[in-house]
Amino acid sequence: MARKKSKVTIDRNRCKGCELCVHACPKGVLAMSEEINEKGYFFAQVKNQDDCTACRFCAMVCPDVAIEIAVEEAGVSQE
Amino acid sequence: MAKVLMKGNEAIGEAGIRARGLCYFCYPITPQSEVAEYLSKRMPEAGGVFLQGESEVAVSNMLYGAAGAGVRCWTSSSGPGISLMMEALAYIAAAELPVVIVNIVRCGPGLGGILPSQSDYRQAVKGGGHGDYQCLVYAPASVQEAVDLMPLAFDRAERYRNPVLIIGDGMIGQMMEPVEFKEHKFPPLPPKDWATTGCKGRKPNVVNSLYLDPYAEEKLNLRMVAKYEKMKKEEVRCEEYNTDKPYQALLVAYGTTARICRTAIHKLGEEGIHVALLRPITLFPFPRQRIYELAQKVDWVMSVEMSTGQMVEDVELSVRCEKPVHFFGRTGGVVPAPEEVVEAVKKQLGAGKGGQA
Amino acid sequence: MKTIFKRPEALAETPTHYCPGCTHGVAHRLIAEVLDELGLRERTVGIVPVGCSVLAFNYFNFDCQEASHGRAPAVATGIKRGRPDLIVFTYQGDGDLASIGMAEIVHAANRGEKFTAVFINNAVYGMTGGQMAPTTMPGQVTTTCPAGRDVEQVGYPIRMCELLASLRTPGFVERVAVHQPKYIIKAKRALKKAFQYQADNRCFSFVECLSTCPTNWGLTPLKAVQWVDETMIPYYPVKNFKSPETEGEGDAD
Repeated sequence: MARKKSKVTIDRNRCKGCELCVHACPKGVLAMSEEINEKGYFFAQVKNQDDCTACRFCAMVCPDVAIEIAVEEAGVSQE
Repeated sequence: MAKVLMKGNEAIGEAGIRARGLCYFCYPITPQSEVAEYLSKRMPEAGGVFLQGESEVAVSNMLYGAAGAGVRCWTSSSGPGISLMMEALAYIAAAELPVVIVNIVRCGPGLGGILPSQSDYRQAVKGGGHGDYQCLVYAPASVQEAVDLMPLAFDRAERYRNPVLIIGDGMIGQMMEPVEFKEHKFPPLPPKDWATTGCKGRKPNVVNSLYLDPYAEEKLNLRMVAKYEKMKKEEVRCEEYNTDKPYQALLVAYGTTARICRTAIHKLGEEGIHVALLRPITLFPFPRQRIYELAQKVDWVMSVEMSTGQMVEDVELSVRCEKPVHFFGRTGGVVPAPEEVVEAVKKQLGAGKGGQA
Repeated sequence: MKTIFKRPEALAETPTHYCPGCTHGVAHRLIAEVLDELGLRERTVGIVPVGCSVLAFNYFNFDCQEASHGRAPAVATGIKRGRPDLIVFTYQGDGDLASIGMAEIVHAANRGEKFTAVFINNAVYGMTGGQMAPTTMPGQVTTTCPAGRDVEQVGYPIRMCELLASLRTPGFVERVAVHQPKYIIKAKRALKKAFQYQADNRCFSFVECLSTCPTNWGLTPLKAVQWVDETMIPYYPVKNFKSPETEGEGDAD
């Protein structure tokens, strides 16, 4: 399957640093930051956007709904 | 409309329906089960909701939910069941929900007995549940009055957004009397724009009693106090008997006991002893001012109750402790005979200074 | 670019007070997504409990009522009986539903009240600081069973789905989990069915969500996820117990 271009956006100040998204991602797209957000947490951030397959696992497991995902118009699959 | 002969509990059920109290939750308990039995037949005919819950705990929370969704709703029970409703009643009061609860009081404490009593006075008037709240409390003395108070109770519950209790004793519930279901007209009620009816076209509503911020909780408490103060000014109801001519003693009694006192007063009158009666119809707010005024003309006041003396404290406060307040009562389900009241009054008159005028 | 994942409208923007890694937020989001997708938000009333999710009315973007401890099913019954046109769901934890509120949930289920009950099972009392719940696992250490749950003293954890599925009336009973993507996808399907049944005025529906409590379990969020897999799921099987489509199969007449 041809990979569609996608964009993962993480609201750093909503993130509580639980790391569940980092571990849920099958492609290692996400990583934890080395700085802290305004709540005092190390937050999740996008490290390798290009590897993202827009599988949404990161957003699904995020308890704080801090992650938004967008993809190119063509080839959007609906769960 | 012509008068019909009805048992008190059934008449209360019918009055609820006619007052558009079309959502009724219940749990069986003597001596009020006839309300539920009557409504189990009548409510479906009227297109209303009848549901027997699994406990009074559940029933009172069903009221919370329905009232919170803007539905006019009510229940009836008796002492032990009312005790189980006290948890939800505190939440209902805090969430400022209009709910009507009829208590056909039986004797207690504990399981007690199933005979008439007025021993739930303090529970009704002084709280019962936890926290800073009051209920508006009506105490009918006849089946007709119970029927007349139902629409008033619903109106006031919704007008004040506050729970209203109707306290009748087992006799009111069980006796048969002729009743007339009159038309009652009230000014329009404010819209229930606070109710959880779905947020279409507005911001979400929340029915809640949780205030973690002490200043917010205090603000709620003070808003509730303002309602109670308004009730004290505008909702006091009482009836006087024999106060239009000179009297030697003043009795204070409510509900069935007031009827017994009237008979006693009549008997005393035949012996040339003139006694007056003040019958509170609202137990909260209590007719303090009128009792104070009427007490000016006598040396003492007597509270007559079917309990060990619960209202007597409110009578004492009403006369501002300027005059002695005596108590006479029978309890445990024993109904005082008029002759006993006559004797209690005579004994006190003989003992008191001045005696018979 | 087209957004394929974002906060649903039925979920308020307000950040939650839940601990990092707590899956309450996932369950909230799934409910909100389902209500949005079914177009039910504007006629929904959520009943929130006493427990960690006591403030959930701040996180949902629709009408809510705050129930006293354990009584949410009675409150929901009152609303649904008085206003059958409203969509009503309860949201309760395990202490709330399976301990103090056992009578209310069993009887609401048995009457077939047409609301949706969402049950968050994380094997512990969260808000009060990690005490033993009726669902606490055998041997699990909590602040009121510091030596671990002793089943000789307090019995085995209560399986609510199994208990409710033994009743004839309830229409839809399913246990799901909200700790990993493959379970979350199924959890959403179950919730969607549950609300659809309600919208169709069909039956009482009950969805138990196995959930995490990293703080009171004393585990990292990731270890907590593993604990659900290794400890909870073997005891609490994730599956459908009853649905209107399979009606009759589980009936013991």
